[in-house]
Amino acid sequence: MIINHPRLGPRDSSEFVYKGDANLIDRPDGLTASPDEMHDYAYLRDNPAGLIRELWYHEQGDRSWLVVTRNTLTHEIEAVKMARDVARARGRAK
Amino acid sequence: MSQSNRILGGQVDRAQALSFAWNGTTLTGYQGDTLASALLANGQRLVGRSFKYHRPRGIFTAGSEEPNALVQLRSGAAQEPNTRATTVELFNGLEATSQNHRGSLKHDLMAVMDLMSPFLAAGFYYKTFMWPKAFWEKLYEPMIRGSAGLGRLSMQDDPDIYDHGYLHCDVLVIGAGPAGLTAALAAGRVGLRVILADEDFTAGGRLNSETYDVDGQAGADWAAALTGELEAMDNVRVMKRTTVFGVYDHGIYGVLERKTDHLASSDGKPRQVHWRLYSKRTVLCAGATERSIAFGNNDRPGIMMAGAVRSYANRFGVTAGQKVAVFTNNDDGLRTAQDLAAKGIEVLGIIDARAGDFVVDTKGRHGLRKVILNNNTQIEADCLAVSGGWSPNVHLTSHHRSRPIWRDDLAAFVPPQDLPFGMVVAGAANGAMTLSAAIKDAHAAATAIATDLGAGGATGAVPQASDEDFDIKPFWHVAQSKKRAWVDLQNDVTTKDVKQSYQEGFRSVEHLKRYTTLGMATDQGKTSNILGLALMTEATGKTIEDTGTTIFRPPYNPVAIGALAGRARGKDFRPYRLTPSHEWAQDNGADFVESGAWLRAQWFKRPGEKGWRDSVDREVTMTRKSVGICDVTTLGKIDIQGRDAAEFLNPFMPTLS
Repeated sequence: MIINHPRLGPRDSSEFVYKGDANLIDRPDGLTASPDEMHDYAYLRDNPAGLIRELWYHEQGDRSWLVVTRNTLTHEIEAVKMARDVARARGRAK
Repeated sequence: MSQSNRILGGQVDRAQALSFAWNGTTLTGYQGDTLASALLANGQRLVGRSFKYHRPRGIFTAGSEEPNALVQLRSGAAQEPNTRATTVELFNGLEATSQNHRGSLKHDLMAVMDLMSPFLAAGFYYKTFMWPKAFWEKLYEPMIRGSAGLGRLSMQDDPDIYDHGYLHCDVLVIGAGPAGLTAALAAGRVGLRVILADEDFTAGGRLNSETYDVDGQAGADWAAALTGELEAMDNVRVMKRTTVFGVYDHGIYGVLERKTDHLASSDGKPRQVHWRLYSKRTVLCAGATERSIAFGNNDRPGIMMAGAVRSYANRFGVTAGQKVAVFTNNDDGLRTAQDLAAKGIEVLGIIDARAGDFVVDTKGRHGLRKVILNNNTQIEADCLAVSGGWSPNVHLTSHHRSRPIWRDDLAAFVPPQDLPFGMVVAGAANGAMTLSAAIKDAHAAATAIATDLGAGGATGAVPQASDEDFDIKPFWHVAQSKKRAWVDLQNDVTTKDVKQSYQEGFRSVEHLKRYTTLGMATDQGKTSNILGLALMTEATGKTIEDTGTTIFRPPYNPVAIGALAGRARGKDFRPYRLTPSHEWAQDNGADFVESGAWLRAQWFKRPGEKGWRDSVDREVTMTRKSVGICDVTTLGKIDIQGRDAAEFLNPFMPTLS
């Protein structure tokens, strides 16, 4: 599998570590969220036959985190974004 | 022993005679022979015993699709079982032995299994070994294990080295036959980085086995000249003895290069290299594989694929028999008769299924003696060349799960529209079954890729070849045969087994495969799958199109586990991590313990100390009284964060200023 890194260009997936569903970015506020919300965030994942957004950590490279939109049926990668940009756009990080 | 079946012509180098051992007997062949062609040249028709029934078997094909001629190579730790004699290059001193028999090959004690065949039909082990329960562990399992498998492992460590490597290119061309050579040259001419891979040790594919002309030259000469031209180009890499065995995501291919298998010794060099190949575009020119026809006792040594008989005659200068008959359902089979006759071999008859002639039975205990036709004619032939048509090698197109499409006019499956990333198919693999059509197809494919990748310049003229006849009438099995008719030779699956599979409800192709084992094992049914499908469709009344085919998965051909492991084996599979103080500790007599991946010093033994307790007591006392040093590198990492982290670390890093 080849991941087209927004800064470094096409890189082999063996350079990356898979870090799971990209919804991990949307962590509820631990002070205000209900136990159910925290439970769902921590344990529930979708398992779609089709597009999925996932986090990939470029451990053997520049150590950036990416959000990769991948089709689980064909392994086609539709989009790759810096996780920081995604998080910022969602108001998560500074 | 003389090479009684050696005839004139071919590409072998008669100046270089090679001697080799077959079951302990010394025989000779020539440089350029395969083990199979050398065995045939020496009149060795019987080369093995079949898996289940221990039937005598001979060489069936001339390529990697071989189901029968599985032999054991070399000796000692380098012993390698289940190697296809048809792909083994002959070298001086090669040792080969036959497999799967007790006693001699000719008088196999296990041949009694053939008499038990009525009890060993498809799925017998699912039904037979059910009861009593206690018998399973004590009797059945040891018995099954004893008779399973063909060759024997050496049970020693593999003495050879295997390497891994990475390759990158613009265009990967798979197969160096007429189509592959044409595509590689066209892409090479416009300056694209090309890799041309072929599993054979000579480029040219079927051109070496046929008598066609290309651009006014003999096909084999044209291929040799073109290969030379490609090898001289800086942007082209020609990889012989190299199999592209798997298609992975985004233009990544699994490739196996055999570096020293054709040499007596690997001499410390890697035996095989497993390449991970990255390509922008791929032209699959894998050609086609001939398939068989099922008729009574069609598994005797001497019964071979018609194209293979032609290969041995034209490429290796070997005739598969002295008196040959041909059984075909297509024009291609006729060429075998023509080519053999031109070389002075006696062709006793052409049995053309299109004219309503069939072979119903054969005779000959250890090799073919007689062929019996439906009109009761008997032909005293020692070789029967069979052609049931050609199946395009679509395997790699299906590695991403798309299914090939049936074409009635070719009576064969062709690649689907939905191909793996960057792949196009050209030549016979694409259903362009004649030489000139295959070359045109490949040239067009390469030209389209050149345009697509924005390479400037001309791809050159299309090589010219004559268009031979291609006519086929689907014909799968001789229904009039009363005798057992083999579909899959490697797994001993007969037409009866396929029918039984249908009767017992295993009707989907995937069930058929698992229940009867049709199309399993090292050859993955390359010569037999379509035949099995056709028989199933006859039983179900469906078309082949509706029945479909089993899915093809990597690897295309067997790959040694050692090649997949590469250097990561033994100690190197999980190397020790060593602390900065390791060398010092070693010098000072430390006793080490494994701690995760680390080696950690436990204690330092001094002279006179009897056991570990003495050393530890001394160290503890010393630390309590004065001071001790412990290297805790193994215990974790120190994470330093913050704005001035780098500044803080600078003094500790001798390489930074």
